[in-house]
Amino acid sequence: MQKAVIQLETLTCPSCMQKIHNAVKSVEGVDKDSIKVLFNSSKVKLEFDSEKVSIENIENAITALGYEVKKSQIKAR
Amino acid sequence: MQRFVLGKKNQITLISAVLIAVAFISKLGFKNDDVFHWALIAASILGIVPIAIQAFQALKVKVVSIDVLVTIAVTGAFFIKNFEESAIVSFLFLFGAYLEQRTLNKTRSAIKELTEMAPESALKQMENGEFREVEVDEVDVGDILLVKTGAKVPVDGTVMSGEGYINEASITGESVPVNKKANSGVYAGTILENGTIQIVADRVGEDTTFGKIIELVEEAQDSKSEAERFIDRFSKYYTPAVLLLAIIVWLFSKDIELAITILVLGCPGALVIGVPVSNVAGIGNGARHGVLLKGSEVIQDFSKVDAIVFDKTGTLTIGNPKVADTQYYTDNVDEVLNCLASVESESDHPLAKAVVEYIGDTKLFTVENTDVVKGGGIVAAVNNQRVAVGNVALMEKENVYLSDKVREDIARFEKKGNSLVLTSIDGELKVLMGIRDQIRPGVKEDLRKLKKMGVKDLIVLSGDNQGTVDLVASELGLTEAHGNMLPADKSAYIEKLKAKGKIVAFVGDGVNDSPSLALADIGIAMGSGTDVAIETSDVVLMNSDFSRLPVALGLTKAIANNMLQNIIIAVGVVLVLLAGVFFSEWMNMSIGMLAHEASILVVILNSMRLLRYKLR
Repeated sequence: MQKAVIQLETLTCPSCMQKIHNAVKSVEGVDKDSIKVLFNSSKVKLEFDSEKVSIENIENAITALGYEVKKSQIKAR
Repeated sequence: MQRFVLGKKNQITLISAVLIAVAFISKLGFKNDDVFHWALIAASILGIVPIAIQAFQALKVKVVSIDVLVTIAVTGAFFIKNFEESAIVSFLFLFGAYLEQRTLNKTRSAIKELTEMAPESALKQMENGEFREVEVDEVDVGDILLVKTGAKVPVDGTVMSGEGYINEASITGESVPVNKKANSGVYAGTILENGTIQIVADRVGEDTTFGKIIELVEEAQDSKSEAERFIDRFSKYYTPAVLLLAIIVWLFSKDIELAITILVLGCPGALVIGVPVSNVAGIGNGARHGVLLKGSEVIQDFSKVDAIVFDKTGTLTIGNPKVADTQYYTDNVDEVLNCLASVESESDHPLAKAVVEYIGDTKLFTVENTDVVKGGGIVAAVNNQRVAVGNVALMEKENVYLSDKVREDIARFEKKGNSLVLTSIDGELKVLMGIRDQIRPGVKEDLRKLKKMGVKDLIVLSGDNQGTVDLVASELGLTEAHGNMLPADKSAYIEKLKAKGKIVAFVGDGVNDSPSLALADIGIAMGSGTDVAIETSDVVLMNSDFSRLPVALGLTKAIANNMLQNIIIAVGVVLVLLAGVFFSEWMNMSIGMLAHEASILVVILNSMRLLRYKLR
């Protein structure tokens, strides 16, 4: 399992959080219970299995919604 | 295509504003209905595109968002040929979102300023001994780094060589520069104001104190209280419920106009955003002023606190005993002090340290035949004289004569809460010293402020004897004082208070009081940036600054109030709008949308007042 912190453009509506949460949740290989969408700091924190899914796939799920991904940090754990 | 449209949202908003203006000028100024219609149709189509895209994306991940409601309403208005409504509603929605983003950034500015203080680069020593600039992520524990004047310390570390003055405001909130030399600890995110130092990295990245503070503040501002979680759940079902209601109204009344008006009026708007914006502005204000609040649950609890329990040593007092009173029984003070300092330098007893510190740098004699008398003090030979330093029992054992005057002095010193150190030379008493822990400056005034803010019980618990504790309590005006307490007794006492239904805060130094910190409704640590303090408590007062306690209480009260105001504004607007639909003639979609967007801005502006909050 790897831990990722994805920095997004500024989030403005709380319903964005629900959208992003659902979108990331549906990506295969992401630990569903680990997903945290931080509204005020506009970040997504999650854990994922790097053998099943790459960080790019997760980023794509978010950008497909129309939210820009600024950068991602990954830490092994 | 989608990304292009969403990226150009601001331009689209502007163009649709211009089109709407053209429409109304041509109708009212030139009585031209054709231009009026076509301009509004163009504005409607242009405006709805980005909203519809967002709505579609939301539906794809099974969320009925506000965008969905607005898209249906605008489309409905368009098809019943009410172009005026469709154009104005979509414009207002876009323009509102724009203003929301701008003002939201303001409420987040305090925390953003904090995160921007994070260091980005470091001068790292390479294998060839030269220093090269690298990204801060590339620094590992054990690396040797160079910090020059004006630069940020990149990691937590220890000074190896060099000297300088560091501004530690980002960690402690205290902007007076601190002197650092070899073996001093330095913290990431602090600024070297002058000098040059070489440091070895002890902790890097998220493990540094600064990294932990940022992570904590970021998590705190997004943490949710019970009330917020309720609103979240509520809004999850609320939006679909509004949609359902509109459909039902349409089926029964066959009135599309009424149905789509309900869609717009039912938007949750300010309700969802009101509480988080108060949170982020308030927590940001605290973080900038040395008060870390760990989330909105803590804010709610602390704002209603009834009783604050204090640890004595290190919290109300400095925790560093000092010589407070002295009485000499000799004319040759200097020589006596030299002897005393020489003997006390041999010991590392806390009282001996206080004496040495009090006397300061002085000539030291050779000390021979040192004999530590357990529970008494020290006896030694200095310059062929027999010097005894210790308590009254030691003096009696040494057969030192204590006159009535001396006994009076002793009684007077003890009454002030002093521990006594007597010094005799060759069996003759020379000096009496009273040593006690000093009360932190300003604590009395701070406690008075807490009382004024409605805290009923201010209680001190201490391991010290009851006499000393009573003395501190009466000097500071505390309501209760309990001495001779072990850590387990303290937590039992807090349990008892809680059982009485009180909301209890415990203030301690975070090391030996962790059970009490954890048990109290609100654990408040006087942290000088230590990990334990930051992790075990709910509120951290940076730099062990007691004066931040009333600031913290005032701030949480202000935040709690602000949230309540925002909820009232949000609910009030929805109620007024709904009443408007059923009981008045003038209500329509555009007014509804305007009221919603205005209420969102009002709650954001209201929460922005928290950024400027200061305790008076």
